[in-house]
Amino acid sequence: MSNLLDLIVAGLATGAIYALVAVGFTLLWQTSQTINFAQGEFVMLPAFLMLAVMHVGAPFWLAVLFGVLLSALLLGLAFKMLLVDPMLRHGVLPLAIATMALAIGIKEAVKQFFSAEASPFPSIVPVGDVSILGRAISLQSLGVLAVAILAVVGLTALLNRTSLGHQMQAAAQNPTVARIIGVPVERMIMLTFLINAVLVALASLLITPIYLAKFSSGEVLGQAAFIAAIVGGFNQVRGAIAGGLLIGVVDNLAAAYVSTQYRAAVPMLLLIMMILFRPQGLLGRAEERTV
Amino acid sequence: MRSIILAGLCSAVLLSGAAYAQSGAPIKIANVAELSGGGATVGTNWKNGIDLAVEEINAKGGILGRKIEVSHADSQSNPGVARAQVQKALDGEPYVLLGPGYSGSVKVTAPLAAEAGITQIMGGEAAELTQAGNKFLFRTSFGQQSSMPKVAKYINDELKAKSVAVVWVNNDFGRGGRDVITKEFNRLGIKVAADLSTEAGQADFAADVSKIKAAAPDAVFIYVNEEESARILKEIKRQGVTVPLIGETTLVGQKVIELAGDAANGARGHVGLTTDAPVEAVKAFRDRFVKKYNYVPDHNGLKGYLAIYMVKATTEKMGKVDPKAFADTLHGLTIKTSTEPNILMDVTFDQNGDIDRQGFLVEVVEGKQVVKQVLPKLN
Repeated sequence: MSNLLDLIVAGLATGAIYALVAVGFTLLWQTSQTINFAQGEFVMLPAFLMLAVMHVGAPFWLAVLFGVLLSALLLGLAFKMLLVDPMLRHGVLPLAIATMALAIGIKEAVKQFFSAEASPFPSIVPVGDVSILGRAISLQSLGVLAVAILAVVGLTALLNRTSLGHQMQAAAQNPTVARIIGVPVERMIMLTFLINAVLVALASLLITPIYLAKFSSGEVLGQAAFIAAIVGGFNQVRGAIAGGLLIGVVDNLAAAYVSTQYRAAVPMLLLIMMILFRPQGLLGRAEERTV
Repeated sequence: MRSIILAGLCSAVLLSGAAYAQSGAPIKIANVAELSGGGATVGTNWKNGIDLAVEEINAKGGILGRKIEVSHADSQSNPGVARAQVQKALDGEPYVLLGPGYSGSVKVTAPLAAEAGITQIMGGEAAELTQAGNKFLFRTSFGQQSSMPKVAKYINDELKAKSVAVVWVNNDFGRGGRDVITKEFNRLGIKVAADLSTEAGQADFAADVSKIKAAAPDAVFIYVNEEESARILKEIKRQGVTVPLIGETTLVGQKVIELAGDAANGARGHVGLTTDAPVEAVKAFRDRFVKKYNYVPDHNGLKGYLAIYMVKATTEKMGKVDPKAFADTLHGLTIKTSTEPNILMDVTFDQNGDIDRQGFLVEVVEGKQVVKQVLPKLN
């Protein structure tokens, strides 16, 4: 039983990071119909940007600050202006394929300019245990969970409780009407790209101390977050959060009780079941599309 | 008459060219290693060790007056790619083939080199590699059949452990190590409390460490590759497992220490090669390596370096550059530091291509490998 509790806490911590990445997926989809298959690489890159800043002698906190800023510039602004805008007018599929190419490009560039080897990355949460109800729980797991939950709560508050958030939602739900009532739709879309960039930078900061900084680490994360977004509901932020947490826990339980070899298959099975029996996802809403 | 003179001149030019190729042309050596993918740490260290040795030898005039020319190919840590790269390398008719480092890649490439009659000096450690009767395959470090009994003996005699959790990577290297150590544990009456298979490149070890905690063993034996070693050590620390952690070179190597940080402290293991060995020649090698590459190499850097000096010593023993006679000469050869100082420690190669050399039991203390015991050369 105690083993199960450990597995669930560790799974929730990893799942919270998946949730951050999955939220980015859903935000981009809702506002600009962008399916970003480079999302995993978007999580991998900020860690290397932070390492590069540290390499020139900057302290960790400054590297984090620069990492987030550079991430916003490259993965938010530049991504939207240089890739999404020119490609989107050709349709969703060409854009999705372009993001796949971008994923390969980012991965190979990191391998070329940094190294193919893994690098250590400092943790923002200290190592150690805290006792909760007589159980020793990893401080790192709790810290990761707390930071991720805070980020998600903050984002939800922004979307639901501020005028800016309402404008973003209006731009996502019906851009034409939003424009008529004076919402600066283009600016709102740009804002979601920037939010996605900050979310992936945060995910990078949380996951890299555990997974290590490596050019290929985005593959696992991108896949997990993509599944999380679909399982939770691709058109709902809260769905992505639920999906992320669920995939984190299911992945951990599968590794423990099924087998390490088949752990990757279990979230996939969940995805297939969801597509077959509840295509809108756990918390998503059904949408009708005309052709 | 004029055509006869012309033909004579042409023949003279061609013959002189051939003679140059025999005496002064560079010795071509091909290296196929894990320069990217999961084994990038292995391959990069191995390659850098090779390059350092080649630079040293060429600076002193080469082998028998001929410079060495090494080509490097990337196996991407993938046996299929390794096989294609080795075939390509063999098509270039190298004097000797170096690498790969991963046992799985060695397993699929060794028949190609043997068929071509080219000696392959590799970094793989799986026991089965040198037990298939391949007369062209040589190790640069101990095989599992030599190292695992020493590890099991240490766990039994020094730690007095009665139950051990075995964590291994599901590839040829990991399976080979797990099979040999489990056999040794059975012989010594040590119970395997948990038998945990992990995947190459695995990022998340939370579930595996939870299983270790649930099994409550007296010690944990960890036999996975370097990056995964670092990840599992971090997770073990994160989950507060405090029993002794024992492994082989891949648990206590320099790269693991760098990646795992504090989490590596206390890890112990048997290492055939370490730059922290209490051997002056090894320390001098370490200094030269750090000066050139600005980092401390792991055992793979030593392996690559020694591979080139194996080529040098064997060729000088033959007194000629003869790829066909190379393997026969190396079988049974003892290379002493008195004749070849850069072989670093006296080493003997048996008829299977396995090595006999002194080894070390080390512990990671405050981020450094500390040699606790020197295990002497057997013969």
